[in-house]
Amino acid sequence: MAKITYIEHTGKSYTINVENGLTVMEGAVQNDIPGIDADCGGGMACATCHVYVKEDWFNKVPSKTEGEDDMLDQAYEPKTNSRLSCQLVITDELDGLIVNLPEKQV
Amino acid sequence: MIKTDALIIGAGPTGLFTAHQLKLIGLNCEVVDNLDKIGGQCIELYPDKPIYDIPAVPECTGEELTNNLINQLKPFDIKFHLSERVDEVKKNNGNWNVKTNKGTEFDTPNIIIAGGVGSFEPRKFNPKECEKFENTSIFYSVKDKSIFKGKIVSIFGGGDSALDWAIELSKDSKVNLIHRRDEFRGAQSTLDKVYELQKKGTINLYTKYQLKNVSGSNKLESVDIIHDNKENKTLKTDFVLGFFGLIMQLGPIANWGLNLDKKTINVDTEKFETNQKGIYAVGDICTYPGKLKLILSGFHEGALAARACFKLARPNEKYRFEFTTTSTNLLKRLGKKE
Repeated sequence: MAKITYIEHTGKSYTINVENGLTVMEGAVQNDIPGIDADCGGGMACATCHVYVKEDWFNKVPSKTEGEDDMLDQAYEPKTNSRLSCQLVITDELDGLIVNLPEKQV
Repeated sequence: MIKTDALIIGAGPTGLFTAHQLKLIGLNCEVVDNLDKIGGQCIELYPDKPIYDIPAVPECTGEELTNNLINQLKPFDIKFHLSERVDEVKKNNGNWNVKTNKGTEFDTPNIIIAGGVGSFEPRKFNPKECEKFENTSIFYSVKDKSIFKGKIVSIFGGGDSALDWAIELSKDSKVNLIHRRDEFRGAQSTLDKVYELQKKGTINLYTKYQLKNVSGSNKLESVDIIHDNKENKTLKTDFVLGFFGLIMQLGPIANWGLNLDKKTINVDTEKFETNQKGIYAVGDICTYPGKLKLILSGFHEGALAARACFKLARPNEKYRFEFTTTSTNLLKRLGKKE
């Protein structure tokens, strides 16, 4: 279980507990947190669950697998700390993780 | 003007099976899709990913599912209008008048929207100023490459489209290729060619840069690009091409007077009809209490919407429910009986 904080582009934030094994994307979708579309349902086949991971957390989250950067090329305003939240699987180590949501996904 | 009993928008699995159901009950139909091939998300997003929850099919990929659905349509004659997007829907003498971006027009009592999560559209540049130059100096696809001859072209993106056009246009134009990171996603041979042309000086490569803004009064004059480390550069340019892949958007559907819930369309669960008589929505794009975004739900929704179409397309006939196992009518339509 990890406490995850999602901060919308407007600054509004949501902190929830997400079970281990779920992804940061699923945590948002299952708890009706707006701003993550996840059109493809978590298949790393679109770029609509795009988040920015706070710098101090960026090296602690699971690293990118092949293909994620290719999808991020198609995201709205990708930055160096961009990730697809469907690829961030929750573990106890991620307790306290903060992600910022982009202005929009599409 | 094409007259048809029903027009299906979207050639994904739900649209395909809905076409099957319409033809089976004796209605004709045509299908429009914005993509250049049949299959929708199953083909565009996950052709190789196995799906495990199609009833009676323990495991199949998006591509296999699509091919099976196409095979199932073999007995029927159905016209597909690919690479076309429905732009306009208007009421006309009790029917719907539908226009695509290529100018194809339909006259039909029934429109079935099976559009998934919307149509695939190119991802565009973010700065507002880019809209001013869109289709004159800024493009997201190349229709006529001769306009670039002798000009400076700045290409953004890191995939095959960006790389291929950089190579092609470098023959007759000065090319800047700009990408947000160091790695490109393209065939190694294509990449080698790009690096070779960079050495020769016919392609200027800017990696870890993104577009910041564009400027020009009547015509585009330059682009500002920004490096990951915040350093800015201004590049003189005549044209800009953006190749960031396709994203899914509701697109023109949002303007047809339908009751929407975010990116989905509200329907009833008897006919899967929207708030507009004769316009139905099925598959991932529709919503109602209890909606599941499963392919099997799309099949059910399409089957019911097809029956609802019958009433409007054949107002003087009575629809009779029949089984494919026993009905002579249906077996004839399926080509199994003379």
